[in-house]
Amino acid sequence: MEVVLQNLTKKFPSRDRKNRGDVVAVSDFSFEIPDGELIGLLGPSGCGKSTTLNLISGLQKPTSGRIFFGEDDVTDLPPENRGIGLVFQNYALYPHLTVEQNILFPLQNLKGKDKLSKAEMLDKAYEAAKLVQIDELMERKPGQLSGGQQQRVAIARALVKMPRVLLLDEPLSNLDARLRLQTREEIRRIQRETKITTIFVTHDQEEAMSISDRIVVMKEGVVQQIGKPQDVYDDPTNLFVAKFLGTPPVNVFKGQIKDGRLYIGEDAVLDVKGLSEKEVYVGIRPEGFLLQENGPLCCKLNRVEVMGRDKSVVAENKASLNPAIRAIIGSENNINIQQGVVRFSLLPRKVFLFDKETEERIKL
Amino acid sequence: MDHKMDYDKIERNARVRQRVINIITYLFLAFWAVIVLFPFYWMILTSVKSYGAYNSEFIPKFFTLSPTLQNYGDAFTTVPLGKYLTNTVLFAVVTTAIMLAVITLAAFAFARLQFKGKNIMFVIFLSLMMIPNELVIITNFVTVTNLDMRNTFAGLILPSVMSVFYVYLLKENFEQIPDSLYYAAKVDGTSDLKYLLKVMIPISKPTLITITILKVIECWNSYVWPRLITDDENYYLVSNGIQEIRENGFGRENIPAMMAAVVVISVPLILLFLIFRKKVMEGVSRGGTKG
Repeated sequence: MEVVLQNLTKKFPSRDRKNRGDVVAVSDFSFEIPDGELIGLLGPSGCGKSTTLNLISGLQKPTSGRIFFGEDDVTDLPPENRGIGLVFQNYALYPHLTVEQNILFPLQNLKGKDKLSKAEMLDKAYEAAKLVQIDELMERKPGQLSGGQQQRVAIARALVKMPRVLLLDEPLSNLDARLRLQTREEIRRIQRETKITTIFVTHDQEEAMSISDRIVVMKEGVVQQIGKPQDVYDDPTNLFVAKFLGTPPVNVFKGQIKDGRLYIGEDAVLDVKGLSEKEVYVGIRPEGFLLQENGPLCCKLNRVEVMGRDKSVVAENKASLNPAIRAIIGSENNINIQQGVVRFSLLPRKVFLFDKETEERIKL
Repeated sequence: MDHKMDYDKIERNARVRQRVINIITYLFLAFWAVIVLFPFYWMILTSVKSYGAYNSEFIPKFFTLSPTLQNYGDAFTTVPLGKYLTNTVLFAVVTTAIMLAVITLAAFAFARLQFKGKNIMFVIFLSLMMIPNELVIITNFVTVTNLDMRNTFAGLILPSVMSVFYVYLLKENFEQIPDSLYYAAKVDGTSDLKYLLKVMIPISKPTLITITILKVIECWNSYVWPRLITDDENYYLVSNGIQEIRENGFGRENIPAMMAAVVVISVPLILLFLIFRKKVMEGVSRGGTKG
């Protein structure tokens, strides 16, 4: 099912007595989600991603804008009539029902022509349970399950009526690190198998990048960038997106464009012909540094961290906005970097320039 | 060797101390149990003494050598105790059932719905709890009499189908159920009423059972209101019925028969409590949500 968001806006009345203005949680969000894709809604907490999800689910009404599922305008439909599946951050399983009854619950509420016989319901419930591999636990109560198992039950319950759209609200944040990795792959697998259009909310950029077909980066209710994870990573539209994606994070420097060259501090690091002279922010991905004995960028070495597959060089530079610069280089790189000063040359495609005022990207 | 001796001694001392504490505790509990149970014993004892034997005792005896069940027969024949029992059961069941429906819906509205004046209304409700029952009974009496409902079941039942305290208790209970369950149920396609029936009520079952038991006991024991509003034997409850035994006697009142009646009307309550005792304690585990 294709999901179309048209100029979606949600304002909340301000609770602050002094400042009567509305709080804008989501501002003018337009996006067409193609059928069968997995979309990651990504942003720091309070950026409006959960509100967006609630608008799509119908638990909240938009202040303005429309929502379409395929051809149907669902903006004014209550959540129970939208045909969605929703997985909550705290799973929200019914504590008094067994796993089986929990999964059956959405089916028992079907009305009219969708109504199923008892046997059909059980078939569907077991099918959904098998998909998430909890068919052995059907008689247990949620209180007797581990976090990971509860999470699977929640997914099964959301999937059992074959929703038109599946919505996941930070589904992994209550799991431990290993289970999180495993479950996110599982979610990907289930989504591939069922081909249900899925929207996934997370504040963890790694999570979003690893399983999404497309990610939407949001900040303070405003969409910053939409695209394939790799494209957004390689080609961020502004400083916020560049900083938000990637571990270790991008290194940001104060820089200046002078005489067609980019200066960081005193060092002319890149040729940037055709750009007007001004002060800029320079973002450099950790993998954009190349160790070179006479490279243009000169930094004070702090330490080298060995991580097996590669090494991470931690250094300082006066022009850097972060206290430390982190560069990742291949572990086969055996240049003598014991102490003192390191010099880097830069990979131009890993270097992003941003306007100092607007923080918008300046294309090289 | 010395050390070993020491440990033995410490252990022995601890055991002795524990035993002394146990003995004191049990003595105290036994004493308490006697105080609590003595009225019951007295009630049963009196009910099996014959009318003559009871009246000839200048100083009441703590036991009887010639128990009789005669009083139980008398209790049912001097007044229509069976009729009173049926009346009381009807009164208790109907009142409790209507009250449960009323307070559940009210608690749901206060806990879950959004409407204008909700908080003010709830505060007004709560402040009603500060008005003593005796005051309310007078105005209720006037109202019910004006509605021409004296000597009817409706007049008996209506004033007690609402309880502010139970609404408050249940509302607090409902509010502990996480919002996300409500949203989940919405997404799963339930209406508000269905959510109340299928999720909230089952989760709050222990509280509801407690309320039911308390209300049944309250109905069973109610005396002032039934006494005021009925003077027709056909609508008497057991509490008034016992009074009737007293007033029906010639000369001295038949206390053993009264006690027999009291035993008869206490048994259902005791049974009710024994059956549901475990249910009340059970409680539904609050698993199912994390964080």
